[in-house]
Amino acid sequence: MTELTNLTIAQIRDGFRAGDFSARDVAEGFNANVAAAKLLNAFIVETPDHALAAADAADKDRAAGTLKPLSGVPIGMKDLFATKGVQTTAASHILEGFVPEYESSVSQKLWDAGAGMLGKLNMDQFAMGSSNETSYFGNVISPWRRGGGDNAPLTPGGSSGGSAAAIAAHLCPGATGTDTGGSIRQPASFAGIAGIKPTYGRCSRWGIVAFASSLDQAGPMARDVQDCAILLENMAGFDPKDSTSLNMPVPQWEAGLSADLKGKRIGIPKEYRVDGMPAEIDALWEQGIAWLKDAGAEIVSVSLPHTKYALPAYYIVAPAEASSNLARYDGVRYGLRDLPDGAGLQDMYAATRAAGFGAEVKRRIMIGTYVLSAGFYDAYYTQAQKVRTLIARDFDAAWESCDLLLTPTAPSAAFALGEKSDDPLAMYLNDVFTVPTSLAGLPAMSVPGGLDAGGLPLGLQIIGKAFDEQGVLNAGLAIEQRAGFAARAEKWW
Amino acid sequence: MSVDHATVRKIASLARIAASDAEVEAMVPELNNILGFVEQLGEVDTSSVEPMTAVIPNTQRLRDDVVNADPLTGGGVQSKVLANAPAREHGFFGVPKVIE
Repeated sequence: MTELTNLTIAQIRDGFRAGDFSARDVAEGFNANVAAAKLLNAFIVETPDHALAAADAADKDRAAGTLKPLSGVPIGMKDLFATKGVQTTAASHILEGFVPEYESSVSQKLWDAGAGMLGKLNMDQFAMGSSNETSYFGNVISPWRRGGGDNAPLTPGGSSGGSAAAIAAHLCPGATGTDTGGSIRQPASFAGIAGIKPTYGRCSRWGIVAFASSLDQAGPMARDVQDCAILLENMAGFDPKDSTSLNMPVPQWEAGLSADLKGKRIGIPKEYRVDGMPAEIDALWEQGIAWLKDAGAEIVSVSLPHTKYALPAYYIVAPAEASSNLARYDGVRYGLRDLPDGAGLQDMYAATRAAGFGAEVKRRIMIGTYVLSAGFYDAYYTQAQKVRTLIARDFDAAWESCDLLLTPTAPSAAFALGEKSDDPLAMYLNDVFTVPTSLAGLPAMSVPGGLDAGGLPLGLQIIGKAFDEQGVLNAGLAIEQRAGFAARAEKWW
Repeated sequence: MSVDHATVRKIASLARIAASDAEVEAMVPELNNILGFVEQLGEVDTSSVEPMTAVIPNTQRLRDDVVNADPLTGGGVQSKVLANAPAREHGFFGVPKVIE
């Protein structure tokens, strides 16, 4: 029998339905892989019992003929999603020990669809980071290593680094991620997996620890495009508890998958050809263009003139919203409390937040506090929101001549842990290709395209119009079928 | 614009984050680096542009004006609300004395 942990979500679902194996066998297989992969540090909390309980329920449902869409499928849950009765920390010290009394809307939908939870996945603290080095619970180590005997530990990307590493190492067949400026797509690219950030509002933000509310959006990460479609169908949907939730039907993305791109126009934005980009990434981009042509698409050159202003706008808007959202961590209602001897209420707030937040989180709260402070608000925040309008207009103008955009996902392959952690700005530049889409709220996905000379995965990004996840998934599928990406990190953990 | 030690101290106080002098000193160049980077937005002409308020057009919904329209966020869940509190007394959050 094939090793069950090598199966995709679709294969698990279909094989389980066909009676080839039990859900319990699948859950036990993944539980064993999770338990044997401590070196990767991908999980903050392991929940083998949750996975087994869901599996037993699935086995009963199969016998009773009442199967659900994800019956038999165990997944990983990013630690940004509140899970009832299971510690939820956003990889921070300030929320260490926090056990929610409620379940996030997205995770509830997944459990209602029959999925089980293997554990809570490590991530950058409060989703602030691009390398998974800001977690209070330690770095996630990528299962990938450079070739030639170079064993330097590499980043899985971030912020959904635990999700990416766990999927690449076959600790789970799929996982949830969240994307504020690239936190699904960049780690997917680094780890050689697929991930989609849907249109802003598709997935409810209720019960997801808030970072920057106008940008935060949940999405699935998995080994291939079909699995992303399956998971997204079971994560998306209207939720009255989120005021920005889209009140629209959820399309049947899996059934709608088609790699035939005849009649589709793919835009290539010239501003994404940045200085200093490795030749391999440029070459992969050209290869991607050839693949999409082969799938029947027409290639057109487009311009997104305000692209270079996306990162600076993001690093005003996101910290501003974060400084406001993270004001709730005060040592009173939940989480850490640091009460120095004889301290009053204000001192308790300041001591709690000093002890509970990591350096990058503090840095962003400080930037956000500054740009929102009296006298600076218009020069920074209002100007950034105006630039954001211009960035969204750039995309609107591009859609007059194309249906989708193709770009690299990240400006490099995975880098070594510690390589960029001393320079926040160098780290921020990782998101140069993903941030513009986030600022405009558009759907975008990363699919593996190939390997660099060091044997590390490189991803291609497809960006679509608002609500056109189907177009994004279809172009992703066309690339996936032609790339034939089958490389896997050799097991060392 | 750039920030100095006194400004960073003031931001830290507004953000309610305790910081030693050494920590403030270390943050001065870090914040100036980031502020220097974002300041390039000043060169964009935005005189005829409205600031973004919603990325995807959406309308504000109103819920029914009834008590406990949503049982999860309505009343009657005191023990759940208090379950994760670092200190609680008599059904309230406990905090250090604020009035002498």
